[in-house]
Amino acid sequence: MSDATLLPAIATAAGLAAALGALLGVAAARLRPDPQSLVERIDALLPQTQCAQCRYPGCRPYAEAIARGDADIDCCPPGGDATVRALAELLGREPRPVDPRYGRTQARRVALIDEDRCIGCALCLPACPVDAIVGAPRLMHTVIAGHCTGCELCLPPCPVDCIALVAPADGSSTAPAAAEAA
Amino acid sequence: MNRPALRGGLRLESHKLRPLQRPVLSVPSPRTAVLALDQGSGADAAPVVGPGQAVRVGSLIAAQRGAAAGLHSPVSGTVRCIASRPTVRGIGPCIVIDSDGRDEREPTSVPLDWRSLSGDALLERLAAAGIAGLGGAAFPTAAKLGLARSAGVNLLLLNGAECEPWICCDDALMREHAADVVLGAQVMLSACGADRGAIAVEDDKPQAVAALAAALAAAADVRLSVISLPAVFPLGAEGPLVTAVTGREVPHDGLPPQVGVVCQNVGTAASVARLVRDGLPVVSRIVTVTGSGVRNPANVEVRLGTPVAELIAACGGTTGDDRRLIAGGSLTGRALDDDAAPVTKGLNCVLVATPGDLPPRGTEMPCIRCGDCAVVCPAGLLPQQLHRATQSDDVEGLSHFGLGACIECGCCDYVCPSAIALTARFRVARERLRLHEAERERATQAKSRYERHRRRLDEQAEAERRAFDEARRRARGDGSAGH
Amino acid sequence: MHARATAPPHVVAGFTVPRVMFQVLAALVPVAAMQVYLHGPGLLWLVATGSVTALACEALALWLRRRPSLDFLRDGSVLVTAALLALAVPPTLPWWLMAFGTAVAVLVAKHAYGGLGQNPFNPAMVGYAVLLVSFPLEMTRWPAAGAGWDAVTGATALDALRTGLRQSYTMEEILTGPAFGALGGAGGEWVNIAALAGGLYLLARRIVRWHIPLAMLAGLAIPAAVAHALDPGAHAGATFHLATGATMLGAFFIATDPVSAATSDRGRLVFGAGVGLTTWIIRSWGGFPDGVAFAVLLMNLAVPLIDRYTVPRIYGHPGA
Repeated sequence: MSDATLLPAIATAAGLAAALGALLGVAAARLRPDPQSLVERIDALLPQTQCAQCRYPGCRPYAEAIARGDADIDCCPPGGDATVRALAELLGREPRPVDPRYGRTQARRVALIDEDRCIGCALCLPACPVDAIVGAPRLMHTVIAGHCTGCELCLPPCPVDCIALVAPADGSSTAPAAAEAA
Repeated sequence: MNRPALRGGLRLESHKLRPLQRPVLSVPSPRTAVLALDQGSGADAAPVVGPGQAVRVGSLIAAQRGAAAGLHSPVSGTVRCIASRPTVRGIGPCIVIDSDGRDEREPTSVPLDWRSLSGDALLERLAAAGIAGLGGAAFPTAAKLGLARSAGVNLLLLNGAECEPWICCDDALMREHAADVVLGAQVMLSACGADRGAIAVEDDKPQAVAALAAALAAAADVRLSVISLPAVFPLGAEGPLVTAVTGREVPHDGLPPQVGVVCQNVGTAASVARLVRDGLPVVSRIVTVTGSGVRNPANVEVRLGTPVAELIAACGGTTGDDRRLIAGGSLTGRALDDDAAPVTKGLNCVLVATPGDLPPRGTEMPCIRCGDCAVVCPAGLLPQQLHRATQSDDVEGLSHFGLGACIECGCCDYVCPSAIALTARFRVARERLRLHEAERERATQAKSRYERHRRRLDEQAEAERRAFDEARRRARGDGSAGH
Repeated sequence: MHARATAPPHVVAGFTVPRVMFQVLAALVPVAAMQVYLHGPGLLWLVATGSVTALACEALALWLRRRPSLDFLRDGSVLVTAALLALAVPPTLPWWLMAFGTAVAVLVAKHAYGGLGQNPFNPAMVGYAVLLVSFPLEMTRWPAAGAGWDAVTGATALDALRTGLRQSYTMEEILTGPAFGALGGAGGEWVNIAALAGGLYLLARRIVRWHIPLAMLAGLAIPAAVAHALDPGAHAGATFHLATGATMLGAFFIATDPVSAATSDRGRLVFGAGVGLTTWIIRSWGGFPDGVAFAVLLMNLAVPLIDRYTVPRIYGHPGA
């Protein structure tokens, strides 16, 4: 190619690249996805156990932290690797296994109060993030198994350690998150 | 008919000729009857007899529980035990009865004056007699008809299509007992409240159609008619059948009563007829014993609880050693390990297959995306995309491409040039999808409970704050001039 | 009784991948025969070179990927690739270029993406495109039709059309030139007829379905007819386009490669129409005389998008 055609060619290519790059930059700034809807979409992928193993007080705060950029996506043991993968796909990041520092992915379990040992102190009631424990002071407490997410937050407050975690009776412990732990 | 009756589907060689060359054979009552409590509808019936108890033909031995219909003794004799025995569905709990050979019937088994009974009373009698779907699912008929009644169906569709190769028990039934089918249809019409009934038969059964037409003429019931359909597999499946006859599709998350139709197998109708005419609950059925591996293939009338081995023996035994047993047809039947497995209400065929009948599949190769599977799928799915989704464990993809609509007919497997075991994969994947969706549902509910929990705490905090402000204001009001 | 259980369905039709592939090869025989008759035995030599290279590359790739070799080598898919490539290139192509093109087709376009069933692009067309771009001189040196087996080079019909139009000859003047026959290119029209015959055989045997061929031919013929009606001097008519170049071969053998084409029937109609239209555009205004290869590759790119919007309606779900 002669100089006469070389310079215009380089100029055109460079000009196109600059123009398109600028356009992309403007689009990224102006057409940013609504942060609220992003939080909704992240929250929809989380297992809603509300267990705080991710160090946030519930799934919604964790979703907000991810959207803000304060938290990473591999902190949710109940969600398992499947949730990390789904979050990675949503946010365009690399999928990886759940970070073991936040806990181990286990089969789904529900809390069961041993009625012989329960003293009716009602300390476990406020601890449950989904209000799955029914009872009143000095009356029997019981966990509604269908509402229990297995978050284990009721175990520490109990002064007589009468709460145990057992496999749910409806056979749902073979859920996908559990399948990965096995 | 200008529009094809069925999307996709296959025209298959029927293999139904030999058993139909002879009339229905009667197999003698078994010496030991084994009644499986799990009849394939999702629950086990609840036994009401114990070891040592004497029973007669028609005595209730297990009560209806959930989706499992009640069971009645097919023989007279003594209950030996309730124990685990091999069944069509694997090893499961069974009531074992030793027959005394006298074949005495329950004295309470008397003909039913069904015309004088109300719809609800009829349904009660059907339930008490253990009438269940003899087409394979063994679902309690009374429950199905009751549901149809409340939904206000206007068409009772009797399924005499029998589209799967090798199975011809319904054909034999319609040829020899067409009057029973018609009577059963009339009773069911009263029970479900529909104003018309149609018996759907595939066009490769001209003798059955003729027999039914004659029986209908004799009954002179204008509400009933026979509909002839093309012989395509799987036109006999409930969804495709409803669409072929009415033009309406059953919604993916619903049942036929939502489009005004209730389906029943012709065999079920015949068992209803037997109940009202003789007072006998379901204690026997017609089973096709066929395949190149049995000497004299035939349709047999046999008591429930008879081991499959006795059926084969009644048909001359096997023709050789290398024979496989399939309970059902060649496309949707279950492989049967043990010929001691007994006849149940849902068993319509015993296929004694030689290697020539069921040639082995080739080696599985990767999918070449030829699209033949999508062409034959009656549900309009894209099996190649579903296959890809199962390989990458893409549950969202499975849901998006509609795995829930798969009826596991096996048409896609049949045509696949890469010999991929699609149906088996989809069966596993459907379970996975079901668990995933249950998990999603649980998560959604937990989330709404959590939000309610947070709202409750916020309201509590708000109430406390207001009470505190109120108390402070009152305290100030006592001590100084308030504003 | 044996407990040699199988899962349902217990019986299959017995179609196999080799059966599909060998039927395709059989359908290519008329085209190959016609080309040999017109241009000499060079094609046979290319087919032989291509087949050997293809099998060798396939065996190498399978060994590197540690997959079982025998089933895949027996399936005949690489032989189809080699045959299509051999038919697409000029019969006077040096054998080492044929080998190079085949190697690219098998190793890069097929195995680098995952082997059988995983290639997003038509392997034969990728090989052709690489050869065309890298060795334009050898790849555009076609022997004159009817010159017997002496391999005298001349222009193809599409070449002549393009050059003629550029030199401002009228369509009538161009079409009576030595490169042209009654319908399309001299000799080339017979190759197309042979390819059509082979394609109809495949249709009758249900190896290919009618959607892609019909859509492609319509996508090519309709714009050509419209343009010819509007400006007969500058655009050749539909019959010319249908009878020239690799049209019929492309419609029935190349665009119908199931792995790289769209998934559903509706998607295939869109895909085929796109191939036809793009071929016409490249032939009319593009830089290469025949656009089938690049049209197919461009539409292969569009397949994921087409698939996304042409999922058929599922039973029991509301209409699309």
